[in-house]
Amino acid sequence: MNLPVQLLWLIPALPLVAAGIGALTPRGGRPIAAGAAIAALIGSFILSCLALKTALVDPAAHLTANFSWFDLGTGTFRLGWLLDPLNAFMCVMVTFVGTLIFIFSLGYMKEDANFTRFFCFLSLFAAAMLGIVVANSLLLLFVSWELVGLASYLLIGFWFHKPEAAAAAKKAFITTRIGDLGLLLGMLWLYDRTGTLLFFDNGAGCLEAGALAGLSSATLCSGLAVSTAIGLLIFCGAVGKSGQFPLHVWLPDAMEGPTPVSALIHAATMVAAGVFLVARVYPLMSADQALTNVPLHALTVVAAIGAITALMGAVIAVAQNDIKRVLAFSTVSQLGYMMLALGVGSWVAAIFHLLTHAFFKALLFLGAGSVIHAAHHEQDIRQLGGLGPKLKVTFATFAVGMLALAGFPFLFSGFWSKEAILHAAEGWEVSHLPLIAGLIAVVLTAFYMTRLVSETFFGHGRSHASEHAHESPAVMTVPLAILAACSVLIGFVGTPAWPWLQSQLTGEPVHPHGWFEGAGLMMLSILLVAFGIGAGLAIYARRTRVTASQRDPIEAKAPSLFAFLGARMKLDELYAATVGKVNSALAVVSDGLDRYVWAGIVNFLGRLGEFAGVVYREADEEGLNGGFDTGSETLREAGKVYSRSQTGDAHAYLRALAVGFVVLVLVITLGGLR
Amino acid sequence: MSLLPWTIYLSFAGAALALTAGTRSAAAARWTALTAAVASWVVALLAAKSFVPSNAAQTLVDVAWIPQVGARYHLTADGISLTLVVLTGLAATAGILFSWNINERVGEFFAFYLTLIGGVYGVFLSADAFLFFVYYEIAIVPKYFLIANWGSTNRQYGAMKLVLYSFAGSALVLAGLIWAYAISGGNSFALGDLAAAATTFTHAQQVGMFFLVFFGFAVLAGLFPFHTWAPTGHVAAPTGASMLLAGVVMKLGAYGCLRVALPLFPVGFEFWQPVIATLAIIGIIYAGFVALVQDDFKFVIGYSSVSHMGFVLLGLAAATPRAVAGSVLQMFSHGVIAGLLFAVVGRMVYERTHTRQLGDLRAMPLHKLMPFAATVFVIAGLASMGMPGFSGFPAELSILIGTWTTSPLWTAFAAFGVLVAAAFTLRVMQVAFFGKTDAGGAAHHDAEHHAFAPITLAEKSGAVLLLGATILIGLKPDILLDWIVPALQSPLMQTVLKGGVQ
Repeated sequence: MNLPVQLLWLIPALPLVAAGIGALTPRGGRPIAAGAAIAALIGSFILSCLALKTALVDPAAHLTANFSWFDLGTGTFRLGWLLDPLNAFMCVMVTFVGTLIFIFSLGYMKEDANFTRFFCFLSLFAAAMLGIVVANSLLLLFVSWELVGLASYLLIGFWFHKPEAAAAAKKAFITTRIGDLGLLLGMLWLYDRTGTLLFFDNGAGCLEAGALAGLSSATLCSGLAVSTAIGLLIFCGAVGKSGQFPLHVWLPDAMEGPTPVSALIHAATMVAAGVFLVARVYPLMSADQALTNVPLHALTVVAAIGAITALMGAVIAVAQNDIKRVLAFSTVSQLGYMMLALGVGSWVAAIFHLLTHAFFKALLFLGAGSVIHAAHHEQDIRQLGGLGPKLKVTFATFAVGMLALAGFPFLFSGFWSKEAILHAAEGWEVSHLPLIAGLIAVVLTAFYMTRLVSETFFGHGRSHASEHAHESPAVMTVPLAILAACSVLIGFVGTPAWPWLQSQLTGEPVHPHGWFEGAGLMMLSILLVAFGIGAGLAIYARRTRVTASQRDPIEAKAPSLFAFLGARMKLDELYAATVGKVNSALAVVSDGLDRYVWAGIVNFLGRLGEFAGVVYREADEEGLNGGFDTGSETLREAGKVYSRSQTGDAHAYLRALAVGFVVLVLVITLGGLR
Repeated sequence: MSLLPWTIYLSFAGAALALTAGTRSAAAARWTALTAAVASWVVALLAAKSFVPSNAAQTLVDVAWIPQVGARYHLTADGISLTLVVLTGLAATAGILFSWNINERVGEFFAFYLTLIGGVYGVFLSADAFLFFVYYEIAIVPKYFLIANWGSTNRQYGAMKLVLYSFAGSALVLAGLIWAYAISGGNSFALGDLAAAATTFTHAQQVGMFFLVFFGFAVLAGLFPFHTWAPTGHVAAPTGASMLLAGVVMKLGAYGCLRVALPLFPVGFEFWQPVIATLAIIGIIYAGFVALVQDDFKFVIGYSSVSHMGFVLLGLAAATPRAVAGSVLQMFSHGVIAGLLFAVVGRMVYERTHTRQLGDLRAMPLHKLMPFAATVFVIAGLASMGMPGFSGFPAELSILIGTWTTSPLWTAFAAFGVLVAAAFTLRVMQVAFFGKTDAGGAAHHDAEHHAFAPITLAEKSGAVLLLGATILIGLKPDILLDWIVPALQSPLMQTVLKGGVQ
């Protein structure tokens, strides 16, 4: 059985309906809301598998179903669904990982008073993400994109009674919207140039050869190709959503949401959206690659941002003490890897890493959730410790996730997808800096993940919470086990020896590497991983922390550096001191202008009117009555009324105005007729 | 279609009847007013049902009125007027539902209210400049009394400021129209005739006339820096009147710009275009920033109105068919959304808490005490931020895309305004409804303290009406665009719109 593209809309529609059901369910209806959400996502998963089957019949084809949304007379906005291997794989991943996270939430959120609302928002989140994935129109993608932003706002701020959560929700929404501004402008420009926002439309779409030729042949005054400029604007949206430098600041704060939300944001949805977007519009992003006389290629910027983010995230993660923040910065870093892969020309490697990362990062976050749940909401790794024997399943699965993220060789999926990226970076002709950044981040990743595991699970419990921890219920540990299994297995679909995923995504046969091709790089990265894990074990596992207040070994060596990294390189402070300051200054200045200057002018004119009234009255009473014609007669009336208005008689003021108008009409009309 | 003038007459008749009924009982006045408003709205909807979109305005009535000056009682309708007439019916009905709790001099209140509505309908249907102006003035005067008699904070000041601004604006309009009429020498106030005559005017005359007429109308549309009447007026006004002010009265100004200033003086428009666009953009961003630091809940909404009307004016300034279609859509959208926001702030919240200070509201767990109001405000806030799924999204998208053709730079600045809108809306939403930070015992204790009157059926119906409208148009903007787009293809509009139908 296959799923025809015409029915592809069902995949996002099912969770959307579940969100509606959740919204209408009263608080008591917990099984209804949760049941609808999970059932809908399982339904979407089955449909996604069928869709994948359809897509793999001819991987090179782009199946579409388009329709018109609204018509401005001189331009029509069309929407549509698209089915190709790229988004079919994404659908399967999002629905599968999403389902496990939903099930995990049953246990994690059991005691929350707003359980039904939580599942309503989760479903909305999943629906919006799936909308992004199946869209065949940048406009529909943008619409879903905004809904993802909304859902993330609602979920990050779910515990809005915590001021940090409310602030984090707003920060996430506004920061990603800054990026969305670029995406919006890119979209408008693209529409203005090509007259369509459909990706594929039998040759007339904006990602097809005709439109791309026009976009890359036109240049701006700076020498940039138009396609470069549009591509970079669209990339801004991806920078915001995927937590790339310099807009990554919202991502660690998003930890304030319930942990399943963090898992959903960091693994299956939201942050994946940015990488997916760039992969989706890859023909546009790379349209300028053939040009040699342009100052800048769009993908060069993507590679640079990706490399910076990969390195920066890894460095900061070393000095974080909150279990979720370490993972959050590891997400930032891994997303940097994906962008790096896109930038150096291998969108396939980026998507491979996106898929493997989704599994092991969901595993890690849910594992962290299980730890937090077990340790009575203690998140500080200095307060934890000794949890390994107490939380056996959580520990075992978390270790799998850690090894996958660290890129432990051969067995774990993260190794294969990271290798694919490094291999692509090695082959990039422009520069080897991204490769170097990637390799340094490999060491750091292995190191900080070892630190995290050692601090959390090894040694002795360092607080009441960690000493009395109990393993989470099966509804939480079973999803962990499933994700752990996937974190191992998923890697084997894209190894150099059997690049099945790569050939399905591109629709062309990809030949397996020779045994020695790329072996040097692989050896190097294996050594780096070993070094990172070894160093981590040497520093943190050999002599485990005894008390929570004990200083971190790195902190003891380089306190100011550790503090600087711990404070996330002070970027938040920098933004607060610059953008934030300018923003509030502008607001205060505008308010002052309105309150004092404009109002002042108006009030001054009012006073002037009153003054004129007084003058008229004086003039009147001093006996200038004599030689005036009918016109000044009216003036006198008006003058009297004006002066009376001083006593606050507003009705009289109005009457005067009315009289004045009648006179004005008459004078001008008669004058005009003459 | 030919029924449409009855919207005007039913409103005026309703005003008289409500006044009479008010002498007997408040309830009678309310029901009379509601009946009249609903009846006019039904007339508008019936007309819409049988409306066949075309690029020519359809004449409804055309009789000689003051033959000495050539003024005719000439009512026409095209897709643009129809859109706004339907909006007026909706806003009037919802506004009455949210004024159900008016207890003082109820008959008079609704008499002024319906007179205003009648005037508004008249403006949207007039095809004769003289008639247009008369209805325009009829719509201005009742505002003063509504605010001064039934308003709240600083009402005398707010009412006076609003009326003086309105009159100052209409004085400019009148001067400009009379000037054009005098030079045309055609003894006709018909907009079509004036436009035909204006083609022979000198450049300087066109520039001068356009200035008078456009800026005169733009005062009422809240163009920066003539916008300061709007926040104070909105704040001072009783809820129903704020809903009308933001919902339809500000549209009068924008409609005047679109219907009179642009087609009559295309040459003058070309001269002033960059100025208008600049002021519109400043308005969008500036009002957004001001809204960001207000302490009074209603002021935030008042400034957000100015910001959103900036989009309407920017669309007009861009003068491409896409942008202007977006402007008309935005007029509808803003009418509905601003009405809703004012209803929540003025009626649901203020009438119960008796404070609009965000500092006070922060201390109350309003999301627990009035969940319905909180839900409506959150949805209306999302709509106001331009979230997809609501009418603001297609409207602002059309404006931005239409403006891009004229100037990508304008578009970029205006899009920045969308960001500011998100910032101030989220801020006020969190502070006003979700501000209480200490959960549990204290909040529960408070909840017992502030037992507010439940939200009434009238309020719920009004909210559902407006929410339904913004979602319907948000999902299916074609309903209105099918009317609006052909109207923009009329010869009169095509002279001023660039990039017309190819």
